[in-house]
Amino acid sequence: MRLNLEMTTDILANFIKEETEKIGLKNVVLGLSGGIDSALSAAIAAKAFGGERVYAYCMPYKLSSKESLEDAIKVAEAFNLNFEVIEITDMVDPYIAMNPDMSKLRMGNVMARQRMICLFDMSAKVGGIVLGTSNKTELLLGYGTWYGDLASAINPIGDLYKTQVWELSEYLGIPDCVIKKKPTADLWEGQTDEQELGFTYHQADELLYKMVDERVRTAELIEEGFEPSFIESVETRIRRNQFKRTTPVIAKVSQRTIGRDFRYCRDWGY
Amino acid sequence: MKVHIAQTKPILGNVEKNAEMHFKIIAEAVKSGCDIVVFPELSLTGYYLLDLVYEVAMDETHPTYQQFLELSKDIAIVFGYVEESADRRFYNSAAFVHKGKTVHTHRKVYLPDYTLFEEGRYFAAGNDFRAFDTEFGKFGILICEDAFHMSALYVLSQSGVQNILVLSNSPARGNLEEGHDASNFWQTSNKYIAGVLTVNLVYVNRVGVEDGVTFWGGSEAYNAKGKKLVELDMFKEGTACINIDMKTVRTARIETPFLRDEKQFIIKNFINEGGQS
Repeated sequence: MRLNLEMTTDILANFIKEETEKIGLKNVVLGLSGGIDSALSAAIAAKAFGGERVYAYCMPYKLSSKESLEDAIKVAEAFNLNFEVIEITDMVDPYIAMNPDMSKLRMGNVMARQRMICLFDMSAKVGGIVLGTSNKTELLLGYGTWYGDLASAINPIGDLYKTQVWELSEYLGIPDCVIKKKPTADLWEGQTDEQELGFTYHQADELLYKMVDERVRTAELIEEGFEPSFIESVETRIRRNQFKRTTPVIAKVSQRTIGRDFRYCRDWGY
Repeated sequence: MKVHIAQTKPILGNVEKNAEMHFKIIAEAVKSGCDIVVFPELSLTGYYLLDLVYEVAMDETHPTYQQFLELSKDIAIVFGYVEESADRRFYNSAAFVHKGKTVHTHRKVYLPDYTLFEEGRYFAAGNDFRAFDTEFGKFGILICEDAFHMSALYVLSQSGVQNILVLSNSPARGNLEEGHDASNFWQTSNKYIAGVLTVNLVYVNRVGVEDGVTFWGGSEAYNAKGKKLVELDMFKEGTACINIDMKTVRTARIETPFLRDEKQFIIKNFINEGGQS
């Protein structure tokens, strides 16, 4: 699973540069949470065309930890990004107040979607393309909000497992505190991804890499010593979250249906 | 023989702009005194065409194709395009044009239709590999996947080619520690083909990104002894003008006479006996 770091950086930086410039845009926009995934997306973008063309927004809610904001600032400084704080509390609290029975999950989704609204608005303001910050582990496990943090125009890190995100982040000089801290969606105090998922990212990646990249089948995975219940829970997560990785399903009526037999690349004509 | 390698980046589906880019490079190649200029697979259209296949397809009567024929009065040109045949089939083709005429058209035979490829969905497959004579010697053209099939190499070799041009659109993938799978594989294969078939080999791969897929470039050439003559940068557009000394084919075939010793009857008997061991 170890990457050729130099070549991967070249490919990803070139990807951001080409996919941005070929459609006539100059800048990129992204949410900088203080976590490692958005830090890595930002670092690659800075590598692609310098921090002055990267617009990073930290969008805390009142319960977000101060540490997250401080880390986001450190990343912005390290890569010379345009940086702004957009507090979302006043935007989401009225809606939350209208729904006194709102679960933590719903609240988290509302916040993620509010951040998406801000990001896409900023993208219109600065003429930038919205950069995704979801890694391959999260995308496969469906650990993200549909049309929230999963929404983006281009995603440089979506084919990197969390383990590879760590590896590449170190190579690109992302501040140590960001690399070392426990991954968190920062929805409430003390929350961590691994606690919520019920396994560590290293455990998940070891299995996912074999399952997805090496196409090892379940029976063989069990032979190799993976716990059957762990395999099953990961397989189920992947399958049940497929909807988050596709465009909306369209009912077919005509001879030529969008997404089915009307097929063009996004880069059509670019 | 002076060959101009054009490692280009097309605009997806924009034949007009891509043709302009070709014409500029052709002019440079003429200026630098080259005999042949070689572009990558589908150089006139880009790769992930999907339904655009039917929109960018052309035949020899197309004004753009005619422009290539016109320019070929000064230099031999090899380029990739979507060919629409009279019976309305669409081919992933490469044309060798020279002195105002099409010397040879190769229709890709082996259309990859797996993992990130879906050529079989859109293209009709060619059904032969033919050596053709040029004033620079006997040539064969392979389009990307063709080069990984023994039948292609065997037929071209036994037809007496001295030079093989491989036009490619190879995506970078499997970027692990050892470098990425695609380039490792191609470099090994190119060197092997040149050395074992004792032919000069020119491999031209494109660069650029289409919907997140990066084409890695790294175009290269080998002489008939399997010695690397040139290697272009990965991921960057670029050109190189190389001199291929046709005398190395002779030397190679004296030092390593694999071609002389090849026994066609082995294949013939194998096929006659039902094609299974």
